[in-house]
Amino acid sequence: MAGNDAVVVNELCHSYGDRQALKNVSFTAAARETFGLLGPNGGGKTTTFRILSTSLRASGGTATIFGDDVASRPDAVRRSIGVVFQSPSLDKKLTVLENLIHQGHLYGLSGRELQQRAAELLDRVGMQDRAKEKVESLSGGLKRRVELAKGLLHRPRLLLLDEPSTGLDPGARIDMWEYLARLQESDGVTVLVTTHLMEEAAKCHHLGILDEGSLVAAGSPEELCREVGGDVLIVESESADSLAPKIRERFGGEPKVLDGQVRFEREEGHRFVPELIEAFPGEIEAVYFGKPTLEDVFIRRTGHRFWTEEAAS
Amino acid sequence: MSAAALTTYSLWRREVIRFLRQRNRVMGALLQPIIFWFLFGFGLGASFRPSEAPEGLSYLEYYFPGTIALIVLFTAIFSSISIIEDRNEGFLQSVLVAPVPRLSIVLGKVLGGATLALIHGLVFALLAPLFAPLTGFQIHPLSFLYLAGTMLMVAVGLSAIGFTLAWRTDSVGGFHAIMSVILFPMWLLSGAFFPAAGVPTFLQWLMLLNPMTYGVGAMRYAMYRSTDVGMEIPSLGVCFGVTLGFAGLMLSLAPRLLKKS
Repeated sequence: MAGNDAVVVNELCHSYGDRQALKNVSFTAAARETFGLLGPNGGGKTTTFRILSTSLRASGGTATIFGDDVASRPDAVRRSIGVVFQSPSLDKKLTVLENLIHQGHLYGLSGRELQQRAAELLDRVGMQDRAKEKVESLSGGLKRRVELAKGLLHRPRLLLLDEPSTGLDPGARIDMWEYLARLQESDGVTVLVTTHLMEEAAKCHHLGILDEGSLVAAGSPEELCREVGGDVLIVESESADSLAPKIRERFGGEPKVLDGQVRFEREEGHRFVPELIEAFPGEIEAVYFGKPTLEDVFIRRTGHRFWTEEAAS
Repeated sequence: MSAAALTTYSLWRREVIRFLRQRNRVMGALLQPIIFWFLFGFGLGASFRPSEAPEGLSYLEYYFPGTIALIVLFTAIFSSISIIEDRNEGFLQSVLVAPVPRLSIVLGKVLGGATLALIHGLVFALLAPLFAPLTGFQIHPLSFLYLAGTMLMVAVGLSAIGFTLAWRTDSVGGFHAIMSVILFPMWLLSGAFFPAAGVPTFLQWLMLLNPMTYGVGAMRYAMYRSTDVGMEIPSLGVCFGVTLGFAGLMLSLAPRLLKKS
């Protein structure tokens, strides 16, 4: 139903020169929900974000926001979106309030109305007593709060956030998500957020998981985890490569070797652990057992870990 | 006010506020041209004998409108560099996703830069009478008014060309190259530093093709408030027409660049 869809992305493609950053990505985000785009760096999240925020023209496919096409009706889209970029967009030499007043002008707000709206938002992000301070004197967490206030100033129907917790310590990160949830509740905005953090993705109502430019999974975090089926078992062994086929031969399933560990899924995993250890005496050093996480969903869909080359750099 | 007008106003105001908060910028744009004026003015004064200039025209006087042009150019360059900084520091991201015409963004930046250029140019022009005993020439009070209007026109054109050049440059270092290879030679070949009379024909052609020639010419007419400035330069109408046309052309080109990115 089109009336209830905030964002509809259809067969979206984009190339930077020879490199294909997005390959036929399609997803839909419903109005008033928090939709997360999860993926490792280079997965295509930021490219999608830039297309949706009208900063970049897609090479193919379409994207509409509340029915307006981002390519053919950018000004209509721009009026309905609030954008929080990954890198700071505040003027450091101006005060917090001056930054918000400037932002309001870009959306045709002025005078008393703008002053009131700016004060209201500063109050909501808990920054009213810092209004006269220059942005350069604020901590990273406080700057993010101002960015959030800036994005919401003109009462957008959709708030787009690109990796909003970049550069924040864990405390400030939790803080930011709390503000986000509170603002969403009071304003009823739809939120579309990109992230590479599993714990952030788990807070979204629905998720799209991107890897190497393709959408590899979509659904609510619970649905996605359920799909993995049963429990996840990770077996640490010096001979992981030879152990995996032996486990398959004996117990079935699809054991995979990743980083010197054998991973597989199993119903009632806790009962299976002693059986497994007894079956391969001396070959198993440790067995980890857990409920499936979004990382397990990612591994299942892509065959590789979330952090590959990234971890080394 | 419409969002477009508010955007232009807001960006213009930001330029002025930022300038007032970083006053050391004044030094570079104002002091260097003044030092040049004195050093070249007195240094080259003895050997300055242009073929058609009237008796008694000192090099200090000849070079006076050129110095104003240099001050305007330097200030316009500083504001162009700020475009690169605005982009690299992320400030422009949110401006570019706002539902406003791209021209209103260009106008805000360009008028901001032009305002600062006008302030700098006027400070220098108003200081000049203090040095009259030393330099031997006077400026009529009305000339300041004429000069201010001319400076603003030239400043808008230079800020706008600075904008278009800076938009395609991703580092301040890269812009320094553009400055020394394109912008500074434009000034050198504008009749600011030496008259066209007597130079080789190919240089005369370059000077005729250089839009800044007409800006400096307009400043000469404004300074003397007369169509007779004592030497052969393009006519008053041509000087003002080309200067205005150049500013208009640059202002219409710049928004196209923003749409492409």
